[in-house]
Amino acid sequence: MLVIVLALPIICGLVYVIVPWRRSLGWLATAAASGVLFLGVVLSARVVSGLAITGAGGTLRADALSAFMVVVIGVIAVLATWQGVRYLDGEIAAGRCTRRHAALYGILVQGFLASMLLAVLAANLGVLWVAVEATTVVTTFLVGHRRSRSSLEASWKYIVICSVGIAMAFLGTVLVYLAALHVAGHGPGSLDWTSLVANAHRLDPGVMRLAFALIVLGYGTKVGLAPMHSWLPDAHSQAPAPVSALMSGVLLTVAFYAVLRFKVIADGALGSAFPRTLLVIVSLLSLLIAASLLLTQRDYKRMLAYHSVEHMGLIALGAAAGSPLAIAAVLLHILGHGLAKGVLFLASGEILLTEGTSEIENVPALLSRRPVLGGIFGFGLIALLGFPPFSLFVSELNMLRAEFQVGLGWAATVSLVCMAVIFGAVMSHGRRLLLGQDSGDRPLMTPALVAVPLIGGLVGCAFIGVSAWPLQSLLHAAARIVAP
Amino acid sequence: MSGSGYSSALGLVASVVLLCAVATLWRRSLGAIVRALAVQGLALAGVATVLGIHHHDAGLLVVALLVLTAKAVVIPMLLARVVRGDPGSRETQPLVNVPTSLVAAGVLTFLAFAASRSVTSLVPTTAGRLIPIGLAALLVGFFTLVTRRKAVSQIVGVLLVDNGVALVAFLATAGVPLLVELGASLDVLLAVIVLQVLATQLRSKLGSFDLDQLTELRD
Repeated sequence: MLVIVLALPIICGLVYVIVPWRRSLGWLATAAASGVLFLGVVLSARVVSGLAITGAGGTLRADALSAFMVVVIGVIAVLATWQGVRYLDGEIAAGRCTRRHAALYGILVQGFLASMLLAVLAANLGVLWVAVEATTVVTTFLVGHRRSRSSLEASWKYIVICSVGIAMAFLGTVLVYLAALHVAGHGPGSLDWTSLVANAHRLDPGVMRLAFALIVLGYGTKVGLAPMHSWLPDAHSQAPAPVSALMSGVLLTVAFYAVLRFKVIADGALGSAFPRTLLVIVSLLSLLIAASLLLTQRDYKRMLAYHSVEHMGLIALGAAAGSPLAIAAVLLHILGHGLAKGVLFLASGEILLTEGTSEIENVPALLSRRPVLGGIFGFGLIALLGFPPFSLFVSELNMLRAEFQVGLGWAATVSLVCMAVIFGAVMSHGRRLLLGQDSGDRPLMTPALVAVPLIGGLVGCAFIGVSAWPLQSLLHAAARIVAP
Repeated sequence: MSGSGYSSALGLVASVVLLCAVATLWRRSLGAIVRALAVQGLALAGVATVLGIHHHDAGLLVVALLVLTAKAVVIPMLLARVVRGDPGSRETQPLVNVPTSLVAAGVLTFLAFAASRSVTSLVPTTAGRLIPIGLAALLVGFFTLVTRRKAVSQIVGVLLVDNGVALVAFLATAGVPLLVELGASLDVLLAVIVLQVLATQLRSKLGSFDLDQLTELRD
């Protein structure tokens, strides 16, 4: 079954390689993503009891945490591939993109999805690393898909910074392997997560300390955590909207998933104090940077990108707290942020397509000129800022509660101050974008095909915010894996 | 291989890896920098070979062949292509000049020895004692990456960091499992191809391509 999950995007990508591109083929990607989502739900139902299932001779393994991530990837992938058809239409109509180029886009998006799925389903931490590195390689071309000067520049920064970051993560993985060899002896299974967790208390603390610091710094680069976040606003603002949605909505958190897996081992080897301190430092640094840079943004896509840095900081702080309550909230936040940020990036792609600019100044009074699109963007921002009924309200509240419970009240207070600053900044940017002098023209409608998935995403985000069903048992099972 | 022969052979090839990293700081011609990278790839393959013979590990010899193909032949060839497209290009104005860079390389090597104490104490073998050299090569590569202004030098910087990590991996654990090694090599190779394509595209957009020209995206 795990093999089928991985095979879906690969098969879809192969079809794009073989069959000449035509417009209807774009929907095949949506079908494959829906398949992944469906299998993710089935998988979740099977592992929610706490069991893990393996596949491909033990190379793949899924427990509740993996299954939850498959669901997250599937949901955002459905939205992004749906909107991808529209992006390619726009590019082809504008003459910026040939058929071959469109097929390349389709192939790379499937490669991107396949490598993220491999990352969350890998039993072996080395394979996890290979998969995360592969996401960098495929997404670089996607960031530069428009081939404009600024998008190529963003791709260059992205791949150079992330390659170095991911090399640090590899060094960290090698050091964990070294510590494991010292305990358990040579064997192909020495990098298997389950055996590492079982032996965690016997791993050498000196080596593990260095290893976990490298992991946080290295995978932290891909998560967009400070001090290695500088590629993120460039890449996320230059990539095509569906790719931004996938990168911001899921790729960041797939990298954070890797940090969570290593955190379990580090907690076992070092106790919780050292991992906690490290995560608190990077998280507060990210929050402060996001707060100070969000104030001056003039570009709505960059604004959304810096907002991702903030949310990754919040997630890292929740993980630092590390209690089951905190981890369940972190995971809910991963899904809620993915949905809200995915919808916002897709909506911003639609704004860019119809208005032709990404400067906030040049898109005034969106709400009166394009009521549906403006409404989606507005509700997306409200969701992202943590208003009820959207799920980010619940998850942020629970993370804060958990942080106060474990004695991180001071850090939670700092994060609240940063959130207040960001709240003010985003509200004022959002007001300029959405409200303003009505030009008196007739409002333009947004095609239903565009609006439906975006509204669906927001409704989903609100639904998981008010209803414990169907996620609660899965979240608890997954949280018990990280915080036993 | 006899004990002393093994340790001196291993010490020799490992030092060559570090020396090649330092050479990229010293030389200004981009062609020479790429050649230094090729020699480093060769030395890295040498490390894997020596370890493979010593441990009677056929898997490591396969890895050595892999490293040789990817890091000593294919990648330098790809980079040489980028250099040829930009004839006469030299690293004329690095952010830190050459003598200061060489002093910095010395300081970084010292730092590497200090930082790797917890690791070397866990591996009291001949190979384990050489781990700081790998870490030093990594740090020097990082220094190249942040202080050199040509696109090719920056790609070389990324690869030096990567080779440094690979050297530490060989010395500390006699290589990661084969599956991981295969995946990692493939990823690096693809990353270089991506970088090469990007460099070519940027050059066609900008005429010549220096990193100082990357100024579109600012806050």
